[in-house]
Parts: sequence; C-alpha cells; structure tokens
Amino acid sequence: MADTAKPKATGKTGSRRRAARNNADSHFNGEKPEVLLDYYRQMLLIRRFEERAAQAYTQARIGGYCHLNLGEEATIVGLMEALQERDYLFTNYREHGYAIAKGTHPREVMAELYGRSTGVSKGWGGSMHLFDARTRLLGGYGIVGGQLPLAVGAALAITYRGSDEVVMCQMGDGTTNIGAFHESLNIASLWNLPVIFVVINNFTGMGTPVERSSAEPELYKRGSAYRIEGVRVDGRDVLAVRDTATTLVERARSEHRPFLLEAFSYRMKGHSVVDPAKYRTKEEAEEALANDPIAMFEERLTEAGILTDEIKKEIAESVKAEVADAADFAENSPHPEVSTLFDYTYATPVANESRRMPADPVFAE
Amino acid sequence: MSGTELTLGKAINAGLRRAMENDPKVLVMGEDVGRLGGVFRVTDGLYKDFGADRVIDTPLAESGIIGTAIGLALRGYRPVCEIQFDGFFFPAADQTFTQLAKLRARSEGRLSLPVVIRIPYGGGIGAVEHHSESPEAYFTHTAGLRVVTVATPEDAYWMIQQAIACPDPVVFLEPKRRYWDKAPVRTDGSVDTATPMGEARIVRPGTDVTLVAYGPMVKVALHAAEADTERSIEVIDLRSLSPVDYDTVYESVRRTGRLVVTHEAPVTSGLGAEIAARVTEACFYHLEAPVIRVGGFDTPYPPSRLEEYYLPDLDRVLDGVDRTFAY
Repeated sequence: MADTAKPKATGKTGSRRRAARNNADSHFNGEKPEVLLDYYRQMLLIRRFEERAAQAYTQARIGGYCHLNLGEEATIVGLMEALQERDYLFTNYREHGYAIAKGTHPREVMAELYGRSTGVSKGWGGSMHLFDARTRLLGGYGIVGGQLPLAVGAALAITYRGSDEVVMCQMGDGTTNIGAFHESLNIASLWNLPVIFVVINNFTGMGTPVERSSAEPELYKRGSAYRIEGVRVDGRDVLAVRDTATTLVERARSEHRPFLLEAFSYRMKGHSVVDPAKYRTKEEAEEALANDPIAMFEERLTEAGILTDEIKKEIAESVKAEVADAADFAENSPHPEVSTLFDYTYATPVANESRRMPADPVFAE
Repeated sequence: MSGTELTLGKAINAGLRRAMENDPKVLVMGEDVGRLGGVFRVTDGLYKDFGADRVIDTPLAESGIIGTAIGLALRGYRPVCEIQFDGFFFPAADQTFTQLAKLRARSEGRLSLPVVIRIPYGGGIGAVEHHSESPEAYFTHTAGLRVVTVATPEDAYWMIQQAIACPDPVVFLEPKRRYWDKAPVRTDGSVDTATPMGEARIVRPGTDVTLVAYGPMVKVALHAAEADTERSIEVIDLRSLSPVDYDTVYESVRRTGRLVVTHEAPVTSGLGAEIAARVTEACFYHLEAPVIRVGGFDTPYPPSRLEEYYLPDLDRVLDGVDRTFAY
C-alpha cells in the first residue's frame, strides 16, 4: 500500500534544518525572542509535566488510564496561541497539555490526575475528563468522537448569541473514521458554524497505522465531502502551527464557517502509559524520537542565538520547580469524600434516590 | 482430571482459536485485535496464525464493526466482534438494537445472525468511566439478543465456542477484573458435551438462602458464603443473563425460602429487579422474606479511588443476606 499518509517528515526536517542553518534568522523574522522563549518554556513545561505524570502513574499515584502529550507539545502551544481567551476548546482524552496551555494551573491538572478534590474536575474526571469553565475548556472526552457533536453545538450557541467566539475541537487521527466525525462536519458546514476541527495525526490509532484504517489517509482532505477547507501543518513546528491555526481561527470568526486542520507529529511513547507499544518496530520508535519537537525547536533557537546555555538552564530549572510544585500540591491534597459519590448525579434532589453511605447496611431503614 | 491451568483471558483466547480451527467461517474483528492482540491480549497470536483475512483490525468505528458483522453473518460467516471496553459499545447501539436483535424476527426466521459481540465489562481495575461499566441490562432488555457472562476459565473456554456456534446473536460479557484469574480448564469434549450456555449452575450448595451472582460477582458471592459461619448460603452462577435459567433459581429459592441477587450494575432497573419480580411471581408462597438486591449505586461510575465504595463487596453482600433474615 502506498504510504500516502505519512509525509516524508524526517527528510523534510533535514532539508529545513539545513535551510535554517544557512539563514538562521530568516525563520524567526519578526519574532520577538521573549515570545519564542515563552513558547519553548510552555513546551518544556508540558513535556516535564507529562513525564512526571507517567512517573506518578507507575508509582500508582494516578489511577485509571493516562494518555500523554509527549511529542505533541509544539502543536499544543501553537494551537493555543492561535485562540483568544474567549474561544472555546473541546479535546479528546489526551489533553493534559491543552488544559495547561489554555490556562488551567498545572497544580489543578496534576491534582485531577491524582484524583484529588482540588483537581480541576474535583477529582472525579481524572486524566481523560478535565473541564475548566474559567478557561473555556469544555472538556476532555474519553469516548472517541464524543466531543465533536458537542463542539458543533457550542458553535451553534455562539451563532445564536451573535457573538464572535470560535470553537476549537481537537481529536486524534482514528476519530476521522467514526460516524460522529462525519455527522459533525456535515452539520457544521451546513449551518456555517465557526469550528476548527483539529486532527492530531500521530500516524497511529492505538496500534493501527492511519493508512490501514483510513480510506483517505490524507486526513485534511476528509472534510472535502462537506466542502470544508482542509489544511495540513507540520505539528512539530510551533510557529507553523500557530500561524496556520491563527489564519483558520480568524477566518472562522469572520467568515462563520468551519475548517479542518491536520497537524502531524510523533507519539513518543505508547497510546497510554500502560501501552508498551510493542507493535512498533525499532525503526518506528527511533523515528518518533528523532522527531522530538522540543529538541528541534531548541536547536533552532540555539542556532539563532536566542537560547543560550544560561537561559536554557534557567528555563529548565523553573519548569522543574513548577512541575514539582504541581506534584506536591496533588500529593498533599485530599481525596474526594466518599459522600460526594451522590452529590452531582442530579441538579436537584430526586425521589427514591439512594443517599445511603456505602458503609451503611443495604436498605437500612 | 485432564486440564491445563489457564487464566480466564487465555481461556477465551484458546476457545477462539479452537472455534477458528473448527470452522473457517469464524472471523475475529475489532479495534487493535490483530497485530496488537487486543488491549487485554485476548486475541493474542490469532493474527499471526490465522492471518489478516480472519483476524481483522478495523477502523475505530464501533457502529461500522457491528454493522459489517451483521452483513457477514447474513452471508454465512460467523463474526466475533470485540468492543474494546464496555463504555465504547454505545456508538454501536443502533446497529445492535435496531438491526442485529431484530432481523430474524423481521424476516420471519429467514435470516440468521450468528454474531458474537465480546465486551470486557465491569469494574475493579481502577479504570474509571467508560472502562468499568456493567451494561448488561441494556442488552437483556432487548429481545432477540442472547446475553451470557463467565466466571471461570473453563466456562470462558467453552462458552465462547458455544456462543460462536449459536445461531442467534450473543453478547458475550467478559469480567475484566477476572481476566487474570487462573484455574484448570478441561479441553476434552466438545461444545455439545460441555454445560449448555443457557444453564445456571449451583456453585456452592446451601440450605438457608439463595445468592444469585454472575460474572465478576460470583467470586465475591463465594467469599461471602464462606465468610458466613452462621447461615448456609447457596450460590448460583447465573451464566446466561438472557434468557435466565429460572428453573434452577426457582428450585433453589423454593428450598431456601430466601433470595439475594447481586451485580455490579446499578440496582435501579438492573437484572436483579427482573429476577426479583419473576421469583416473587413464581415462588411467592415459598418466600420467607422479600428478594433483596445488592448492586452498584445509581451514580455514574466513580473515579478509581471511590471504586471500592461503589462496587458491592463481601460486606454489602452479607448485609443483604442479613436483611433477608430480619423478616
């Protein structure tokens, strides 16, 4: 089967890196060094946060499942830079970094992973279900495709109100094969709704490669049946993601219509922390590591003279401290009270509801 | 007794393998069931030995998986679909409830749908929402589906083969927290000589109270029965959830006069409610106390730290038993 899905990423990188060396400054034309360093810091924060989460998971501090953004950092920071604070975000279950980049404090994200009541979803959502109404993160969703129709509804609400927010809806490559994807794209296009559907293509739906699961493996084209303009961007390049996403976000805002953005990057580890990814060949695993967006950005920033050893050390230390602080906060926060089992199933008390405590006798009178 | 020690997961794997060897029309399909061998490795090795045509890695599309299986079954194949987790079933609900369960009746018996839907279900592994639910009542509420679950490796080995051989669609619920439980499995004999899929089994005889359990709760029920030194508890492993083998349940209740039904699923409108109603109807004059149900709470599945409070445990089961003696 023709490998049409996967751009020759490594090759491209090589040539672009050479180009960067020849003219180091041109790539960062007009970019403020402090902004670039802020992106770098955000990316590193997500990396270290996820590494700490993986460690906590293996130490059984985190329960449930835990899907990491390792390898996706440039995409996350680029996408979140393209959004305004008032814009809405829906994501799938691989969303720790998105929550942080959208503005949720790392402490509240880590506490949520730990299942503590100080977490952003009071410890009930866990890794897959981060919600933060303050930052307009309307949820991580544990069911593939579950977030798509919801994002369309949020965009419809924007249209009804006549306001100018935009909805970004993130998903993985496998999601493009589920019915909800097609239903949502059709409705969004038919009703002219401001949604940016973002497909994070890491070339693998758990263990199955894109070209073995998608009849149109060039995923940005999958909106064409709904007359949705699609764009592919190198998800390892924070500036490319930011610029492409900004264009689409602002067009959605002014033109009132949806877009489909595909950002490709490499999943550095398994599908989740417990997945050893044995289905990957050694070459594939090495390829992922060779496409580390942080290492690539670091190299470019260093070549451009923006990232000095001193700044690098300073950022590394401050990120390390921030992650350690988040983990400490989580560790020292209380677990949800057992009584909260019954607190949020309904908005108001319902008849016949069982409010007995789990330790109480069954059907005690 | 001849038998190899197998985990419940490996027993299903061995059963699938034997069914595939015996019948070239048996296919396995689902998300990551092939090269990966499934999230719980239940289909491990089948892809290597039977090839990509018979062990099919599907796109991430539950509705498509079940719908395609229906089409295959309509033309003589026996597809075994894996839904990765209980909570992932719902996108396939339309194809299952609207088509799979009804085509035989709709065609006045001219169409046969030997489709098996395997679903790892239930909690107990700290796996949170979408990964811990017990959705059996949705299935048992739908006529046209057979619903079974297993509690031991030996049942797992034989019942998966019986489910595949069955001319009706079968929802095969696998208690995921028991995947690693090990026990001897007799592999001699055939699907016809093994205990029929539809029969309940008295797994611990007793005289004072009947305790009905199935799937992951059978082990809890047995522990509870052993822990109770005052009363003699008879434990029934239901095995088939639709249809239920009521004869076995009625016979037991008429002897003991008391019944407790337990499942992980929420009590409200759960399978226990149906059993309680039937037993009340059929055994009214034998009952010494109302039928008691011990199940999950009427809440969404809780985070992993609260899971132990949510799942019925030995204490809650024995509280239920106590209750029947309070009358």
